[in-house]
Amino acid sequence: MEPADDILLDDDAALELPAEPMRLNMGPSHPAMHGTIRMVLDLDGETVQNVDVQPGYLHRGFEKSCERGTWAQVFPYTDRLNYVSPMCNNVGYALAVEKLLDIQVPIRAQYYRVMLAEIARICDHFTCNGAAAMELGAFTPFLWILKVREWLWHILEAETGARMTHSFARIGGMAAEPTPGFKAAVRARIPEVRKVIAETETMLIKNRIFLDRTQGVGILTKERAIALGCTGVIGRASGIPYDVRKDNPYLVYGDLDFEVPIGQDGDNWDRFSVRFEEVHQSLRILEQCLEKMPDEGPVSVSDPRITLPPKSEVYNTIEGTIAHFKLIMEGLKPPKGEVYSFTEAGNGELGFFIVSDGSGTPYRIRVRPPCWFNLQAVREMVMGDMIADIIPTFGSINMIGGECDR
Amino acid sequence: MTTGLLLLTTALKILFILLVTVGAFAPMLVWAERRQSAMMQDRIGPHRAGIRLPAGAADAFRASVLPMRLAAAASGAVGALLLLLLAFAWAADDASWLPVSPLELTATGVGLLVLGGILDVGSKIHGMLADNGGNISLAGLLHPLADALKFIFKEDFVPPKADKLLHSLAPIITLMPAIAVFAVIPFSDVLYLEHWDAVVPRNGVVTGDVTAIPLQVANLNVGVLFLFAIAGTGIIGAAIGGYASDNKYSLIGGIRAASQMVSYEVALGLTIVPCFMIYDSLRLEAMATWQHDNGVWGICVLPITIAFVLFFTAAIGETKRIPFDLPEGESELVGGYLTEYSGMKFGMFFMSEFIEVVGLAAVATVIFFGGWDLPFVYRDGIDFPGVWDAQLASFVMGVEYNGAVEGIDATGIALAHWGVLALGVVGFLAKIVALIWFQLLTRWSLPRFRYDQMMQLCWKGLLPAALGNILFTGVVVLLGEGAMQMAVWSGTFVVVGSIVFFFLPALKRDPRVPAGAQPAAS
Repeated sequence: MEPADDILLDDDAALELPAEPMRLNMGPSHPAMHGTIRMVLDLDGETVQNVDVQPGYLHRGFEKSCERGTWAQVFPYTDRLNYVSPMCNNVGYALAVEKLLDIQVPIRAQYYRVMLAEIARICDHFTCNGAAAMELGAFTPFLWILKVREWLWHILEAETGARMTHSFARIGGMAAEPTPGFKAAVRARIPEVRKVIAETETMLIKNRIFLDRTQGVGILTKERAIALGCTGVIGRASGIPYDVRKDNPYLVYGDLDFEVPIGQDGDNWDRFSVRFEEVHQSLRILEQCLEKMPDEGPVSVSDPRITLPPKSEVYNTIEGTIAHFKLIMEGLKPPKGEVYSFTEAGNGELGFFIVSDGSGTPYRIRVRPPCWFNLQAVREMVMGDMIADIIPTFGSINMIGGECDR
Repeated sequence: MTTGLLLLTTALKILFILLVTVGAFAPMLVWAERRQSAMMQDRIGPHRAGIRLPAGAADAFRASVLPMRLAAAASGAVGALLLLLLAFAWAADDASWLPVSPLELTATGVGLLVLGGILDVGSKIHGMLADNGGNISLAGLLHPLADALKFIFKEDFVPPKADKLLHSLAPIITLMPAIAVFAVIPFSDVLYLEHWDAVVPRNGVVTGDVTAIPLQVANLNVGVLFLFAIAGTGIIGAAIGGYASDNKYSLIGGIRAASQMVSYEVALGLTIVPCFMIYDSLRLEAMATWQHDNGVWGICVLPITIAFVLFFTAAIGETKRIPFDLPEGESELVGGYLTEYSGMKFGMFFMSEFIEVVGLAAVATVIFFGGWDLPFVYRDGIDFPGVWDAQLASFVMGVEYNGAVEGIDATGIALAHWGVLALGVVGFLAKIVALIWFQLLTRWSLPRFRYDQMMQLCWKGLLPAALGNILFTGVVVLLGEGAMQMAVWSGTFVVVGSIVFFFLPALKRDPRVPAGAQPAAS
């Protein structure tokens, strides 16, 4: 609304025809409402007067499902939380149970976890930034970016055997050693990823239309971001320098040199550029890991109560058979207690609060999904903006339904 | 002209226009757009589809690249050498030491140069075919046909509470004006029926009792105004379609279409006023003729250069394509006014969008790029003034030169009337293709405006700029011949400069990642 309109409305209010806002249901089945969110909009022309954001259409009962299997059987569920970066969730859950068990995985596994999680983070940020371009109508950069994601998924597929639902982490280590070609594949891709970022940026960051569409749109102030519990890119774009990797280092993040980019205005543009900058930082982390990760050594703790024995032992020794049987049928048994463990996932602080009653089955698993808190901010971001701003703003939150609704 | 002849020629011209637009350009455009976008986005598309050639074809093609390139270089070098010999002989004004006559020498030299060019292009094509694994990548041309069949046989869904009449009427209202725009577009110069195989004079003045057939369906005296009126009706279809669909997304899309039309129609009309002032006519054929007779395309006259930028922006706004596709607004409005359309009704909207693209290219070609005018092509044939003068001609022809030679002082290569007209049509279509390609590039590069930004661009950007340009044009026209000359120079400078400094470097940079960066096989 132009400033002049206010004056006119005040003076000529009596001349205006009676009008009431149009109520528009956007979603849950709307092509741009990924993650089946429903938004009930009250529109004054193109301007959003009120919006009611309703999540919940993708609720599958993740937390309850976890209570019926062994601790190790939770991993496939975590893949389906944030399905764009499942390795981050795998690692997050494994770390939580390991905290309860009070064990540390071997150094090689730590680097391996960091590398896979960073690759997953790049995929996550790329998907979101590509979608940000696509939602503004720029389809070409989107596909360039998806091409990169495809390269990275090829690497993850070679390592884990699956493109998306990896289920690759294990309590006390990883399911398998890195493949012999892993380091070479990552090393070869890093410069190419940088190149595609540069190309994509030439299409977008010097583009007047793109700047106008993103700058000053969907603003979330620092105070509100803190009040709503926003973490991750959303919080950092609003100026909160909080990154779990930096503030509460887990795995080997304390030994790695990287920076935490923060934004100033908390608008869509800041979220877009913070994501690309974080990709650069992730690439730096990957390069350091390539240097530091040992090529030899175990990737799992050598405790038969936690780690499955190798198949040769299972088939040939009675100890191996028994250990295998116990771990599969009863599961590993963490001590009684509660623990909250949190990691930096693609969208922010991903926390697992787990309660153990000492049995082989989780008593309670509660997830702190970053998306859930970030989604609360959407209403404040889009109020007063135009209908065309809703989709890019919602996209910049990178709400993943599987994680938000669980 | 008799009524019968008038009807016959008009019917033929309408048929030609329909064949070119609906029959050829629109389907080819569908194909070209898919191909172009797939290439830009480095994804699977028609450019990777292929008609598979027999095994070994790729190797054969690759093997033939180097010999062809060598042959091209040799042929070009020999041709250039022969022409150099000719130049020496001419400079010495003595042809006696040449082994053959100057005419034979010229013919051989030029022929070898052309052969070299063809071989070079051929080697490039062979290289592309080899890179493509021996596939001819023109496959996919039939895809638009399959599309049309699909549209026809799909269910024609009408929402239960929609206004059935308006819902069906909307696609027709959109499609018809898109085609009707071509009524006033001249696709070549005037045809003098009795002189069709004779050479007409350069100034185009034919005496005697002749039947002049303008090569455009209707030479209206309101020309451009008709065009605006008709183009404006097009969006009414979108607005009605949005209103009649009984869907809030459609409604918003329709309203956006209506307001966009109102705004951009105003800007569109004003951007083009400088062209009327300089061409001194509203008739499109007169504009093309002005550019031909003055030997300068409109784009090279500074006020019209500015007008072109403004016009093209506003006209893309009228075609409702990215960055102005707000009525469709696929991310927020699902499909905008198209949401509730399916089957051939959607197909008609789809087709009208593509025909509008062709129409815009055609209008811009006539007003800014000389229409059917081609460099060095005159009404009496091909001529290179300054290079190919009577003296050189007489030397090459081996005719004594003394001031003026009978048969040669009408310099250049004489062409029959029909040949010149056909060249004009070809040139006109080639320019349309170039402008369409430019529109495709724009469409696949840019993000979409927001509603208020689009309105600001129109009312605060294009409109004042167009008004200022009108004032500027008025000054130029009032100042007379000298100022006009300056405008032509500076306009040419701007056009050439922007091509050299902005367009060519941008083209050279391959947006795709080089071949080395293909995903690892897994």
